[in-house]
Amino acid sequence: MNSQQAMRWMISISLIVALFLTIVPLPPDWDDWRPQWVTLLLIFWCLTLPERIGVFWGFGMGLMLDMFTSGLLGQQALSLSLVAYVTITLHARVRLFPRWQQSFFVWMLLLAERLLTLWILGATGQPMPTLTYWLPTLVGLMLWPWFSRSLSWLGQHTGAL
Amino acid sequence: MIAVMLALGLMVADHRFHHLDVARSTVEVVMYPMQYAASLPAQWVRSAQGQLDHENQLRRTNDDLQHENLVLKGRLQQFESLRAENMRLRDLLGSSFDVGERVLIAEILSIDLDPYRQQVIINKGTNSGVFVGQPVLDAQAVMGQVIRTNALSSTVLLITDANHALPVEDNRNGLRTIAAGKGPSQELELLYIPKNADIRVGDLMVTSGMDERFPPGYPVARVKTVRQDPDNPFTTVIAEPTARLDRSREVLLVWSLNLNSDSPATPPALAADAVAPAPAGNH
Repeated sequence: MNSQQAMRWMISISLIVALFLTIVPLPPDWDDWRPQWVTLLLIFWCLTLPERIGVFWGFGMGLMLDMFTSGLLGQQALSLSLVAYVTITLHARVRLFPRWQQSFFVWMLLLAERLLTLWILGATGQPMPTLTYWLPTLVGLMLWPWFSRSLSWLGQHTGAL
Repeated sequence: MIAVMLALGLMVADHRFHHLDVARSTVEVVMYPMQYAASLPAQWVRSAQGQLDHENQLRRTNDDLQHENLVLKGRLQQFESLRAENMRLRDLLGSSFDVGERVLIAEILSIDLDPYRQQVIINKGTNSGVFVGQPVLDAQAVMGQVIRTNALSSTVLLITDANHALPVEDNRNGLRTIAAGKGPSQELELLYIPKNADIRVGDLMVTSGMDERFPPGYPVARVKTVRQDPDNPFTTVIAEPTARLDRSREVLLVWSLNLNSDSPATPPALAADAVAPAPAGNH
């Protein structure tokens, strides 16, 4: 298997795993802490392979997420496209950051994603969620160094990167 | 830019016009196996718990269930005669009446959907005759209605969703109102109740059947608080759903069988796995 194929496999498998993790049931107390897996994954791929993964990947991933969680079609597609766009634009600078600094950049993106979703919830007449709505971004902030490190480790071992 | 435009367009199309329902249900058929797979861990945990249950505990549950069954059967004996009497009286009055409902048991997939919309996915679809707008009940009360179906599964909008409302009436005095969902708080708000209306905490609200969608007489919610806000021309009434919306695993899909109007045709699949009347207390 050449590296092109390996990369394609890795992207699709990681996407499927992220979608699974998004809907796998958790105990109700942990539910508020579920990180935004798909957003994290998209940011990772945009930073690692900016020449391959772009805005339309974000769009597609968001659309799949909407289908999967039976949300409003296009709500995640919108926010993930914007996240992908920002990441692609800034990737050259962000890749040079140390990991902890990168985490804060990722946190900003996660917050932006939540904020966009909040607007859409408001625009479609849903009630305002409580403050726990923002908890997943904090989990994402903590998780990012491990998340990105383990994914790039995986990529190097399978020859995908 | 294009992606943003596309996403916005999609949202408008989905939210306002429901143009995409066909496309959605096609894709959802493909998604269903993955969603099912995601629900497996929870099922394994449950079955492992079942195997680890203590024998004494199982015996106790069994005893409880048998006891409950006996009580329910006892009540049912009366129910039959009461129903016959009710029908006779209605005949005398010359009023129409739904003769009954057929129900089908479906299971809720153990997956977490978008937490800010109150929806669940069940494992029965158009292959079993499920249709959009079909009422969904649990053992206690009304849970919601089907909003999307595909061949294998359906999406159910729960009554607590902010986009859901259904006409109800007070079981005590027949006062009619509308129960609207309030989102994640698991509460319903009863709308347009005048200041002087007779409504009290603890009143049971049942479906009134005026929507011609939910069969009349099923419990929906119990009034929790009644408040007079000076800035609100109506009484603010909050009710709590009697259905166990976040705990039920099995739900009942209902087909109304109406003698007087031509009812939705009973699907062939029903003959095989339908049960009637609704079994109670299957937990």
